[in-house]
Amino acid sequence: MKIGFSKADEAFRQEVAQWMAEHLSGEFASLRYRGGPGDEHSFPEERKAWERELAAGGWIGLGWATEHGGRGLSICQQVIFHEEYARAGGPGRMGHIGEGLVGPTLAAFGTPAQQQRLLPGILTGSEFWCQGYSEPGAGSDLANVQTRARLDDTGEHWLISGQKVWTSLAHEADWCFVLARTEPGSQGHHGLSFLLVPMAQAQIRVQPIQQLTGTSEFNEVFFDQAVTRADNLIGQPGDGWKIAMGLLGFERGVSTLGQQMQFQNELDEIIRIARANGASRDPLLRQRIAQAWSGLKVLRYNSLRMLSGPQDGSLKREAMIYKLAWSTWHSDLGKLAMDVLGDEAEILDGAPYQLSRLQSLFLFTRSDTIYGGSNEIQRNIIAERALGMPREARAV
Amino acid sequence: MEFAFTEEHLMIRDSAERFLAAASDSHAVRAAMIRADGYDPDVWRRIGLELCWPALMIPERFGGMGLGFVELAILLEQSGRFLLGSPLFATTCLATPALLAGHNTALQEHWLSAIAAGETTATLAFASGKGWDARSVQAIARPAAGGCYLSGVYTQVIDGAQADLLIVAARNPGSEGESGISLFALAADTPGILCTPLPTLDQTRRLARIELHDVFVNEAQMLCAPDQGWPVLRETLSIAAAGLAAEQVGGAQQVFDLTLAYIAERRQFNRTIASFQAIKHRCADMMLQVECARSAIYYAACVVQEHLDPEGDIAVASELAMAAATAKIHASEAFFHCAAESIQLHGGVGFTWEYDPHLYFKRARASEQLLGSPALHRERMATHLFGEDA
Repeated sequence: MKIGFSKADEAFRQEVAQWMAEHLSGEFASLRYRGGPGDEHSFPEERKAWERELAAGGWIGLGWATEHGGRGLSICQQVIFHEEYARAGGPGRMGHIGEGLVGPTLAAFGTPAQQQRLLPGILTGSEFWCQGYSEPGAGSDLANVQTRARLDDTGEHWLISGQKVWTSLAHEADWCFVLARTEPGSQGHHGLSFLLVPMAQAQIRVQPIQQLTGTSEFNEVFFDQAVTRADNLIGQPGDGWKIAMGLLGFERGVSTLGQQMQFQNELDEIIRIARANGASRDPLLRQRIAQAWSGLKVLRYNSLRMLSGPQDGSLKREAMIYKLAWSTWHSDLGKLAMDVLGDEAEILDGAPYQLSRLQSLFLFTRSDTIYGGSNEIQRNIIAERALGMPREARAV
Repeated sequence: MEFAFTEEHLMIRDSAERFLAAASDSHAVRAAMIRADGYDPDVWRRIGLELCWPALMIPERFGGMGLGFVELAILLEQSGRFLLGSPLFATTCLATPALLAGHNTALQEHWLSAIAAGETTATLAFASGKGWDARSVQAIARPAAGGCYLSGVYTQVIDGAQADLLIVAARNPGSEGESGISLFALAADTPGILCTPLPTLDQTRRLARIELHDVFVNEAQMLCAPDQGWPVLRETLSIAAAGLAAEQVGGAQQVFDLTLAYIAERRQFNRTIASFQAIKHRCADMMLQVECARSAIYYAACVVQEHLDPEGDIAVASELAMAAATAKIHASEAFFHCAAESIQLHGGVGFTWEYDPHLYFKRARASEQLLGSPALHRERMATHLFGEDA
């Protein structure tokens, strides 16, 4: 057991930092620290251009296998990239769903033809993806998906009907991956399939959802006989649940250290404000700031444990606690930001409802403990899978 | 970067676990608790002479095994898990780091060799009152020809009545704060030392009050240059906090495991109480706390290792104070939380003397306070974060 990076890794860190300094400037300078959670609606076109800039620099697909056009870098170097990206204030990624979720899913479950057709669009930063999982009746109970898909009479196209919800960036996406029921009358996780659906068609309607922040990152997506080619099915009909669950394992936390760098930026700002406005003299706030600081360190140590050891794609015990740990920490930070600001926290940057960065943090972190598996679902997962406790009732 | 155990680490852990599961089971812990010295001398003899745990971190040139603090932390996690009563912590985490950090080669030759041989127990005495910082050093070192006379009272010395060697801190008359502090090595049988064992809430660790009445020490007994004791003491206390945190995580894991076993057996309403979501979620929260604390102690152990290694990574070594504080905060909170939850989830039997949760509950409370409470460590951290220590 040893911590610290090798000389080669430190050289790589220099390379990333230098590239970011050189390229996150000029036309892209205004994107610094923008487009992250709570701000994902900002600058979509500029951020898509930035994705192409990243692609040209060879910074997309760092962890992908070289046979799929990736660079096959070590976990350590991927972590370094994410850290330096966030440290430089790199904007919220438009391509993260494609790069982090779709690519690895295609690599694991797609045919060579599907891989050749779809991976280049992700690697070049030219095609963007959104995730069609949740539905009004399938939130925590994801297996209760009711969206239906059937092959048309020619057998050449799937026709999809139903409604997805909480779909981030659906209005900016070229593609959606959809979990749909292809076996009529099936229930639970049986009879589901994993379909890739082009967004540019009249049979798909995207309706933004106004969040409690006043802004809209999430959408409702309505499918009314939406069409996709038969060869846009991943795996076999009925494999949908297996693929959807496999996909959870791909997000193994490499980007979490970058996320933590963004958290560090937020905490640093809170500490700066506390020094300036005298909140640093309040004994209770001092305690909470120190707790936040040490808690963030612990998130980092958790990630380092998660990323060390066998890299077989299995979810380790440490990985199971990760979502619960960071979401709780982050929502506490949002409240701490308000308490450090004190009276000032109440006044907006502008009318009608223009939030400051920390007000946005305070409000948006309420979603952290809900999306991607609520804290209650995370506790079920930990209790059942990590601790082997009796399972909750589920649909058959 | 390889932040995971090696095969060798796992072997050390597993053999310690096997030994302690037998040598420090509930029956043995309770037997040690009612002894005046607080531990089974036979078990300690085997630890010193056969398992050589005190020798683990001592360099080979002093007869030690020359392993690192990571290996020691692995042992401490197990000794904490089994509530081992012994001078292991005081000897390896207080006296040994102080001697190592002090750089007095003659003292190291003498005392580290004796500790490595498994024949000598040792501890550190520095605080005369409240707190765990430089201000708590109140014993006086009055200069005299060829040395000085030490006088003062150390209020709560870990395993103070059982130690053969005392490392003591004392300050120049009239000095205050971090200046004027010196460190000395004293054989426990030196005339003028009065040692009184204290009855403690946690019966698995012994504390003593030690009085020094004009104890003469010569210059050869000084661990470092006169008045330069604070940096050595501060470093020692950080290392000790990291070691104590490792013990605490072991305790937290064990009391959590006891609880999981109990609730899987206990049936009410025709089902195990483990099947209730209200209980499952509390267990998930316990695991979260234990795993977070475990990450923190492993990280701190790595930092201590780099710090003690003359060729260690300087950047990593410089994190010592904050990494140790982080480990101590999170381990303290995880241990107390798990122990308190254990009593609750055991229900009525959790409130009995017969069942073990109370042993962990008391140990958790005592360890939380020892070497500084989480609140104290957070306050120090805040001082650092706001640049007030510059």
